[in-house]
Amino acid sequence: MPTVVIPALMRKFTGGVERVEVPGKTIRELVNRLGERFPGIDQQLLEDGDIRSSIAVSIDGEIATGGVLDAVGENSEVHFIPAIGGGQL
Amino acid sequence: MSKKTAVEATINGEPVEFLCEPRQSLLETLRDVLELTGSKEGCLTGDCGACTVLVDGRAVCSCLMLGVEAQGKNITTVEGLATKGVLSVLQNKFLEDAALQCGICTPGFLVSAKALLDRNPNPTEHEVRYALAGNLCRCTGYDKIVRAVLDAARDIRSPGEAKAAAR
Amino acid sequence: MAASTTTGNFKVIGTRPIRHDGVDKVTGRAKFGADYAFPGMLHGKVLRSPHAHAIIKSINVDKALKLPGVQAIVTSKDLPPAENKLEQAGEMTINPMYLSMNILARDKVLYDGHAIAAVAATSPHIAEEALRLSEVEYEVLPPVMAVDAATRPGAPILLNDLRNPEEGDKPTNVAQHYQFKRGDVAAGFKAADYVIEREFNTAMVHQGYIEPHNAVGIYNPDGQATIYCSTQGPVIVRSLSAQVLGMPVGKIKVVPAEIGGGFGGKTTIYLEPLSLLLSKKTGAPVKLTMSRAEVLRASGPTPGAKIKVKMGATRDGKLVAAEIWMAYQAGAFPGSPVGAGAMCIIAPYTVENFVIDAYDVVVNRPKTASYRAPGATQAAFASETVIDELAEKCGIDPIDFRIKNGVKEGSPQVVGPPFKRIGFIQTCEAIKNSDHYKSKLTGKFRGRGVASGFWFNAGMQSSAIVNIHADGTASVVTGSPDIGGTRASMAMITAEVLGLPVTDVRPIVTDTDSIGHTDVTGGSRVTFATGMAVYEAAKDAERQLIERAAKVWEKKPDEVEFRAGMLHAKGGGVPPLSIKQLAPRFARTGGPITGRASVSARGVGPGFATSVVDVEVDPDTGKVQVLRCTVAQDAGKAIHPSYVEGQMQGGTAQGIGWALNEEYFYDDKGTLRNSGFLDYRIPTCLDLPMIETIVVEEPNPGHPLGVRGVGEVSIVPPVAAVANAIYRAVGVRMTQTPMSPPKLLKAMLKHRSATQHSAAAD
Repeated sequence: MPTVVIPALMRKFTGGVERVEVPGKTIRELVNRLGERFPGIDQQLLEDGDIRSSIAVSIDGEIATGGVLDAVGENSEVHFIPAIGGGQL
Repeated sequence: MSKKTAVEATINGEPVEFLCEPRQSLLETLRDVLELTGSKEGCLTGDCGACTVLVDGRAVCSCLMLGVEAQGKNITTVEGLATKGVLSVLQNKFLEDAALQCGICTPGFLVSAKALLDRNPNPTEHEVRYALAGNLCRCTGYDKIVRAVLDAARDIRSPGEAKAAAR
Repeated sequence: MAASTTTGNFKVIGTRPIRHDGVDKVTGRAKFGADYAFPGMLHGKVLRSPHAHAIIKSINVDKALKLPGVQAIVTSKDLPPAENKLEQAGEMTINPMYLSMNILARDKVLYDGHAIAAVAATSPHIAEEALRLSEVEYEVLPPVMAVDAATRPGAPILLNDLRNPEEGDKPTNVAQHYQFKRGDVAAGFKAADYVIEREFNTAMVHQGYIEPHNAVGIYNPDGQATIYCSTQGPVIVRSLSAQVLGMPVGKIKVVPAEIGGGFGGKTTIYLEPLSLLLSKKTGAPVKLTMSRAEVLRASGPTPGAKIKVKMGATRDGKLVAAEIWMAYQAGAFPGSPVGAGAMCIIAPYTVENFVIDAYDVVVNRPKTASYRAPGATQAAFASETVIDELAEKCGIDPIDFRIKNGVKEGSPQVVGPPFKRIGFIQTCEAIKNSDHYKSKLTGKFRGRGVASGFWFNAGMQSSAIVNIHADGTASVVTGSPDIGGTRASMAMITAEVLGLPVTDVRPIVTDTDSIGHTDVTGGSRVTFATGMAVYEAAKDAERQLIERAAKVWEKKPDEVEFRAGMLHAKGGGVPPLSIKQLAPRFARTGGPITGRASVSARGVGPGFATSVVDVEVDPDTGKVQVLRCTVAQDAGKAIHPSYVEGQMQGGTAQGIGWALNEEYFYDDKGTLRNSGFLDYRIPTCLDLPMIETIVVEEPNPGHPLGVRGVGEVSIVPPVAAVANAIYRAVGVRMTQTPMSPPKLLKAMLKHRSATQHSAAAD
């Protein structure tokens, strides 16, 4: 089952738990399942149906560029990271 | 409306006549009136050297001089460093030694370096740094610029030997 | 310069050809943004606030409009309303309302220099005169200039609708809070033998590019507009200008001029939409340029910061805990790189227990913009100084301490998955084994300091086209402005793939209509990502060449191969063909050959650098002279070693300026008092020694040529390296930048009297 690493400030939704196993074949499925288990956390990650533009998704060590559409493997590790660069404008 | 003054000067070896307003700096005159945009504006206060030109052989910040003050003067800009399409030794060394990154300060450095080598053909590293301290570069950290000027000096003094000299 | 680049099996990559745009740049022919002129062109100037914080009560431009030669004046009334929300624009997340407010102030001005109106006139002098005739009525408000002042209870609020999730509906100056956490910090500190806790303050500094901002806007009667400007990102200029002006993106073409330095500061917009607004109103091309004072007052510097670092280590030198609090000045609108800084601050080390809290705070200073590894240098100044202290406490050489705790392949990152193949330890070892480090430093008031740094580097999107011409030469077209010599690298990659001499490949940087989407020249991404697109485009051309040769020889493509610039029939039988020989056959075998590729580059390799600096301190004035300086950086694969070295040297020089002299000096009214190069003091060539570079090549497995971005990380270590050197020279640990003579002298005198006092007390 894929593992999602929860960002520090969102661990209040998971009761402090950092690593969560969640079933799913795409980022969208993972996020939806997370939201079912930890109500409210999906709203932190999504905006207008896709991953918030201020968040980058890393799948198995690489920054993934497809937002909710990206596929995840059975043993994938997914991180949600602040999208870095020049920061906000 | 500011009335224009007629000015006669020699620019890059050619006699030139032009009109400029008294309030226009030499830099503005070169760039906007004479369309010689090689000299650059970086600060307008004489602190960065991007506008350096030679006036009667002396390196001057053209932003600190008025266009009307060019009357009767002999002015060299970066556009005058090559001779009939052949680059000068300094220009070649800047290219070979990768002494430029963005290139905005390069015209000013070339003119200042020419002024240095014209009066001191065998400068030490410290003398080069001292002479070029009025030209700011933000890209290179100056290392390759100083090397290029020293290499050019060597090559001008004894052509061919510079290639053999260790870096 | 000791470059350890190996050319391996490459013919072109790793050599040092003369850059293709070099002749134009040494003859003054290269056209930078301010060099453009068009028939009928007008000149624009911007009216700017003299107050750091004020309400605009009224703007009256009647007198200005009457001045002969003035053609138009625009204010925020000429801009469409903008939404207060977050949107993606290339590398950045933007808030359209704040972006628009920074272009032209709405009802409030938020920093000394904030744009209020723009004028177009027949000469720049008349435009300036028009500014003097414009009348603005202000209600001046108290300015907030530092993070402490901004977060104090009862602090004046800059943006009335700014909220952050932790403060609910309460108006605030804190725009964002990031947190990164792992393990158990309390337990970690308990296990530590040595704990160091320090507070640091860094001053706001500017990227310092020598070329001021510029833009020439041409708005045609059919609604089609063109902007000529010096920018790191023509695509960003297009999308952000379209956003601010309420125009469709397709109606704006951006032509990148040569750019006189950017370092991240030219990845946003200031003058560009104004040039189009004025052009639309006047029907003429309009050129705007910033003066140096405007650049310093009103274009994005990098934040000053307040950083508290507490780190613990066991006596054998193992880091066991870190607790960090950091707040960066965002400037007038949210968006400092404090999140990035938080992810960089302990990135080179494996620390099992940490908590990092990072805050983005608005203050009455210009909106900050990216500056070479944004956010990382402030952070490294703090952490690398504390690490130096811990190493000293443990009695371990500072480089050995870093190697002991250093990340390698498989080590966890602060946030995100474990590192892939990286070269951090190799940069430490390179410095340890360098002539510099092995040499003895003798003399009074002299000291040597070491520090390391990390930067992510970026991937993102790039496009490239490779054209094969009738004479068998090629051109490679990209949309990545060249600020450091990347044109040469693009030509070299193409030449390598196609087996051509590099002088037979012409690199072109083109406008937003002529090439597919290409993200900014920034994030150390051009040789990596645009280079990847160029590589793929050249490979695409190679595939087509194989198909054509196959046609000519009446074979199948898989019976033909391309080797060392020649097409061969596998198994022989026909003489091989060069591209030049095949070129005349293009027309009859299918037409012109155009290789193309677009990438959303994955496989980014992060960058590490380690620097060592020797300084001499004048005990009477506090002036610091840098005696010797060496930087080692992991470049993956150096395509053009001279330009890789150049990046390392340039970043190091900026770091030294940041360390020793540069700062924004505001008075108590919030007015910038050093808005010129005399008093905003960047290093001159008399201030620096030769900068020795060691290019470490630990290939990035994610790139076909092993490339890692190199443009940024070299700026990260020097500030801390200088601080550590000063400590060893005079026994003073500086915790603020710049470590300029007045500040260092004060610290030295305090230190001297304290040591004399304790000596006297014995």
